[in-house]
Amino acid sequence: MAHDAIIIGAGMSGLAAGIRLAMFGKKVVILEKHSIPGGLNSYYQRRNFEEGGVRPFDVGLHALTNFIKKGEKGKPFSKLLKQLRLSWDDFKLHPQTHSMIHFPEAQLKFSNDFELLESEVHQRFPHQKDHFARLAQNVREFNELDLSLGYQSTRAKLATIITDPLLLEMLLAPLLIYGSAWEDDMDFAQFVIMFKSLYFEGFARPEGGVRRIIKLLVDKYAENGGELRYRSSVARILTENGKAVGVRLDNGEELRAIHIFSSIGLPETAMRVDDGHFETQPRVGKMTFLESIFVFDKKPTDDATIVFYNNAPTYAYRPASNYYDATSAVVCLPDNYERHNTAGEGTVRVTYMANYRQWADLVRTDYDAKKDEVAESAKALIKKLFPTYDAHLRFTDVFSPTTIERYTWHKDGTVYGSIDKTRDGRTPVDNLFIIGTDQGFLGIIGAMLSGISMANLHGLMEAPQ
Amino acid sequence: MNQEQVRQVVLNIISDIAPDEDMTTLKDEVSLREQLDLDSMDFLDIVMELRKRHKVEVPAEDYPKLATMASCVSYLTPKMQ
Ligand SMILES: Cc1cc2nc3c(=O)[nH]c(=O)nc-3n(C[C@H](O)[C@H](O)[C@H](O)COP(=O)(O)OP(=O)(O)OC[C@H]3O[C@@H](n4cnc5c(N)ncnc54)[C@H](O)[C@@H]3O)c2cc1C
Repeated sequence: MAHDAIIIGAGMSGLAAGIRLAMFGKKVVILEKHSIPGGLNSYYQRRNFEEGGVRPFDVGLHALTNFIKKGEKGKPFSKLLKQLRLSWDDFKLHPQTHSMIHFPEAQLKFSNDFELLESEVHQRFPHQKDHFARLAQNVREFNELDLSLGYQSTRAKLATIITDPLLLEMLLAPLLIYGSAWEDDMDFAQFVIMFKSLYFEGFARPEGGVRRIIKLLVDKYAENGGELRYRSSVARILTENGKAVGVRLDNGEELRAIHIFSSIGLPETAMRVDDGHFETQPRVGKMTFLESIFVFDKKPTDDATIVFYNNAPTYAYRPASNYYDATSAVVCLPDNYERHNTAGEGTVRVTYMANYRQWADLVRTDYDAKKDEVAESAKALIKKLFPTYDAHLRFTDVFSPTTIERYTWHKDGTVYGSIDKTRDGRTPVDNLFIIGTDQGFLGIIGAMLSGISMANLHGLMEAPQ
Repeated sequence: MNQEQVRQVVLNIISDIAPDEDMTTLKDEVSLREQLDLDSMDFLDIVMELRKRHKVEVPAEDYPKLATMASCVSYLTPKMQ
């Protein structure tokens, strides 16, 4: 029997969309190529030869953005809780201590209380006090959820508000690396989303990491009667008379549905539709990263949660010209969330911007050597930032843009998707919709909100074409 | 269903959608949005729950009729006979 909806991908957006549709009696199936859920924010384990046993890691989780306190209303996270019928307590959130934007000439701290960032800006950039207030006001009043908005350059808009270039670079750095598909700039609506989710609302970490979130979603989906199939790779999206009618899997099996929601990316979706439907092929995004994860024998001595490090007066946000760019990094100390247990090992994660093409062209032996080089560079940065942290390294894991591509099938290991977004989720093919990253809302919270709002708009409210 | 029962149906739905809201002081003539933290997504849920639980269809053009508890009751009662 045909389904009401097929969802391609069991990442954050696919699972959230699935919950919404299943909740209201739709017959839904999620098709996931991997053998586990989570997508770009999944989990894995590494065997530890010296000590025996395995170590669990999260692929992506530095921070859950959009932190709210229990009972806070009218925020993205509270909307998400209501829409998915989850409770705040389910997430067991540990708020961040504080984070830091670290440039050579200045540092700015921020936390889940916007006043800290305000006072830091007032102290370091007293002449920009009114400018910063105007920016915050602009952000507050902007309706970033308007689905009809087109691309607007953030740098062009900000240049008229923040007149000190250093402050501008510092404010932009975390927002770019936590959510821009565009090189050196970002869409202004995306800037507003990121400003609110990082600076107004802030960071937290669910106890147990990303596994907790994924389990909540998978369980809620099953509870509502949704069907989830792993190792089910969608090869083609089938159309009839300009309308999507189903999919064909790699093994030849065909499934039909009224609506198809794809979370695999706009270019990756377009590639699977017969020629002639998409006038131009959407562009594959270039922003991809390298992540080094270090496990030490004790917790970090510094109490920052995330350091956005940049060793230049301007912030270069673009693919590295030489495999990876150590000029800047995100350094995450996942142990430095409040009420986190204090004994035991300490973890440090270091993210560099990377260059997909160069990593993809490496042969195996060179690839391993290059990863070792990255780890050495990241370790040196940890020493530089936290000189009193004299812990012994127990375990290192590095993953590259090709690792990301291998396990998520995002072309070129792109993390923030295409620069061609489809904000209302529509595609040139009727009944085929884009959810998640390439709809325009990204990050863990953003992707879930994307799945929710697209499922509402196209799966629940509107009659099929 | 009589008006009192329809009112209870709507109350039950809202308390499932927004479990943190205090409904004991709800004024029937004042807009629900003004008194409770409900946005357009939540109104969609009210409509979807009416369909799921009571097989009542509320077309999109009638959403404004759900603005207050009193208008919900007068709009829905004839549909729930
Ligand atoms: C290293 C890293 C760190 C990150 N850190 C954070 C963070 O700290 N905080 C945060 O908020 N966000 C973070 N992110 C971003 C966040 O993970 C993503 O924005 C979000 O998970 C995207 O979800 P999605 O549903 O849009 O897409 P995806 O998660 O990519 O979901 C797509 C799914 O489709 C599946 N798929 C692909 N092709 C097929 C096919 N042909 N057939 C069937 N299934 C297919 C994939 O396996 C995948 O499961 C990070 C990302 C990375 C890579």
